[in-house]
Amino acid sequence: MGLFAELRQSISDVTASLFSGEADEPKRIGIYGPPNAGKTTLANRIARDWTGDAIGPESHVPHETRRARRKENVEIERDGRTVSIDIVDTPGVTTKVDYEEFLDHDMEKDDAVRRSREATEGVAEAMHWLREDVDGVIYVLDSTEDPFTQVNTMLIGIIESQDLPVLILANKIDLEDSSVQRIRNAFPQHETTELSALEGDNMDEVYDQIAEYFG
Amino acid sequence: MAEAKHPEDDEDGVQIDLISAERMDGKTTMEKIRMILDGVRDNNIVILEAGLTPDEESRLIEVTMTEISPDEFNGIEIETYPKSKADDSSLLGRLMGKEETKKLTVIGPANQIETLHKDETLISALVSRK
Repeated sequence: MGLFAELRQSISDVTASLFSGEADEPKRIGIYGPPNAGKTTLANRIARDWTGDAIGPESHVPHETRRARRKENVEIERDGRTVSIDIVDTPGVTTKVDYEEFLDHDMEKDDAVRRSREATEGVAEAMHWLREDVDGVIYVLDSTEDPFTQVNTMLIGIIESQDLPVLILANKIDLEDSSVQRIRNAFPQHETTELSALEGDNMDEVYDQIAEYFG
Repeated sequence: MAEAKHPEDDEDGVQIDLISAERMDGKTTMEKIRMILDGVRDNNIVILEAGLTPDEESRLIEVTMTEISPDEFNGIEIETYPKSKADDSSLLGRLMGKEETKKLTVIGPANQIETLHKDETLISALVSRK
């Protein structure tokens, strides 16, 4: 491309970005949380409810999601208006990955080592997305687990330091050991909404919150 | 730190490096992360007087992930006090320089350190030899 052509393209790009109404573009909402919190189940629930398609496979084996997956232009209708978001389902964040953990799930050593390598790459990718490429965060926690973990504390701190809007979801309320109050106590500075992404319980309130936080 | 290490330490016990805020001052994010991970990968427990900023924590997780290697390094265990409810974390507070990031932080190899209890004022951890 010649110098003038490049210049013309640059001017055209700047003009396009100035007049494209960028404020109306879908916000990229990252679904974050520790492994096995139900992030992909939630992402699939949202995607299926509003687009008819799923985002990725769900599994009880940790680190099933090892690449960030994006579903673009998910249009959520609330109170007669439409909120358009891109959903980014991210790998569960952790500070350690031991391949031997996967051997307990009937996996051969080679598969377990490969899965752990992919998992570490996935976590690094998720952190990169969080620093650079998301406009808001849905933080998903398993309400049967203790929320007072270092990963949760650090991630919420990282999200707050970037002034990203964050919606905390207490998932798996269909399970007997669920305690939403424990999550409310752990993060009193944020509102917590309860749900079961698997059963579809309380999704109406979740969509109201998504519209309010990210619309 | 390498200069403080004695050869017999590897067999006799666990080395703990207490790194002062002053020593970390003026270091870049990557220099801090390198200092931490080099210590942890030598099977030491690293204690930071002043902790890390959220951005530094984010990069520490990312770099740790790139260094995990089967049968060699499984990652880190890291503990800081949970954020106090009284902390001023508002944007205005941070703009006014009120953000409090100075939180004692303990970091060790994932297979050697286990947190027994943690609350806003106490971290209790079990450290084992490899």
